[in-house]
Amino acid sequence: MPHDAHDHDHPHSLLPPEPALRVRALETILIQKGLVDPAALDEIIDTYQNRIGPQNGAKVVAHAWSDPTFREALLKDADAVLLDMGLYGRQGEHIVVVENTPDTHNLVVCTLCSCYPWPLLGIPPGWYKSDAYRARVVREPRKVLADFGLELPTDTAVRVWDSTAEVRYLVLPERPPETADLAGDALAAWVTRDSMIGTGLPQAPT
Amino acid sequence: MTRVHDMGGRFGDGPVVPEPQGIPEFEEGWHSRALALTLASGALGQWNIDISRHARECLAPKDYARFSYYEKWLAGLADLLVVKGILSTDELAAGQSNGASSELVDRKLKAADVGAVLQKGAPASRESEISVLFEVGQSVKTCHPAANRLIDGGHTRLPAYASGAQGRILRCHGAHVLPDSSAHGLGDAAEPLYAVAFPASELWAEAEHPRDEVVVDMWQSYLEPLS
Repeated sequence: MPHDAHDHDHPHSLLPPEPALRVRALETILIQKGLVDPAALDEIIDTYQNRIGPQNGAKVVAHAWSDPTFREALLKDADAVLLDMGLYGRQGEHIVVVENTPDTHNLVVCTLCSCYPWPLLGIPPGWYKSDAYRARVVREPRKVLADFGLELPTDTAVRVWDSTAEVRYLVLPERPPETADLAGDALAAWVTRDSMIGTGLPQAPT
Repeated sequence: MTRVHDMGGRFGDGPVVPEPQGIPEFEEGWHSRALALTLASGALGQWNIDISRHARECLAPKDYARFSYYEKWLAGLADLLVVKGILSTDELAAGQSNGASSELVDRKLKAADVGAVLQKGAPASRESEISVLFEVGQSVKTCHPAANRLIDGGHTRLPAYASGAQGRILRCHGAHVLPDSSAHGLGDAAEPLYAVAFPASELWAEAEHPRDEVVVDMWQSYLEPLS
């Protein structure tokens, strides 16, 4: 069997040891070579800092809470629904929505890297990418939930989804009874980022 | 064996530290720059997502452990740019280009195209002639050990903690590109992909709860039927 050739040289070690300088060196070389446009870098950063984030997923969840037909379509074939809503895109090409019930609580991780549904939630928070979360949540999900201050009823099962492929999972949390009279943006404001990953529950906006 | 990134189930890591809700802040200015540089370089079309994941996984274990998240991205990117002949090691060492690039200049991502490129994505689903072997509810067993069967030490998405384990098919996602092949330039080799549910008690010596499960996406060649 052929052997993987990557293991002998690690050219990255030629770059400066300080990470900020390392990025700048690589950016400088790529710009000088005409391969990277600094304005495109600014545009990418602006997109993920200001435009794409968990407010997208929250809108989907609030809609699913309000409209049973939409909810059913979302659970059956999320890609078609999200394409219609303009929420398709990089790292969200194949979305599966999993619904929390009194019987089952869903929780999402990527143990092998940090796969995450970018068009719906934006870039992942630091803890999602941390070794601690990746290593622990498949083996001891309830202890990890305790780190988030969340304790589940003992008759609720936990189902942890490890995103090893290009399928991205979004949790549809249970609708809090206090939101019965809310709709639209006021309802979406209850849907936290963590509730769509499964490490939290919807919360009254502060 | 798999590599250092394959940490699911590992003991010894500390608590998970929650963060405020909403869009996460970049902790350092260079984090956002490293992210953007990685995406813009990817748009040159010289590698796919499996190749870039594998580049990060091939970091020396001591580097993988000490590098922060975006340092891993950056190191993987630098290594790939050299492996693909886009940059030379001399240029990396000098921090300066030896001259403008070749034909790739035409593929440079323009600011005006960023939105469209991000929205276009890169689906992994493909037509495949490989027939679907398993149906929902069927019991299966995963390969052991967790290893690439095409390249020794190569990329695979079968986590070690779920190798040699019995589970049941929860859903079929259709045929997807096989990372074990795609990461090594051996073609898409698309085959059926499934979500497979494993009882926690099948994976861990001390499961937290008798009804807990872990669901892992598995390609058909990672699985065998359980009679």
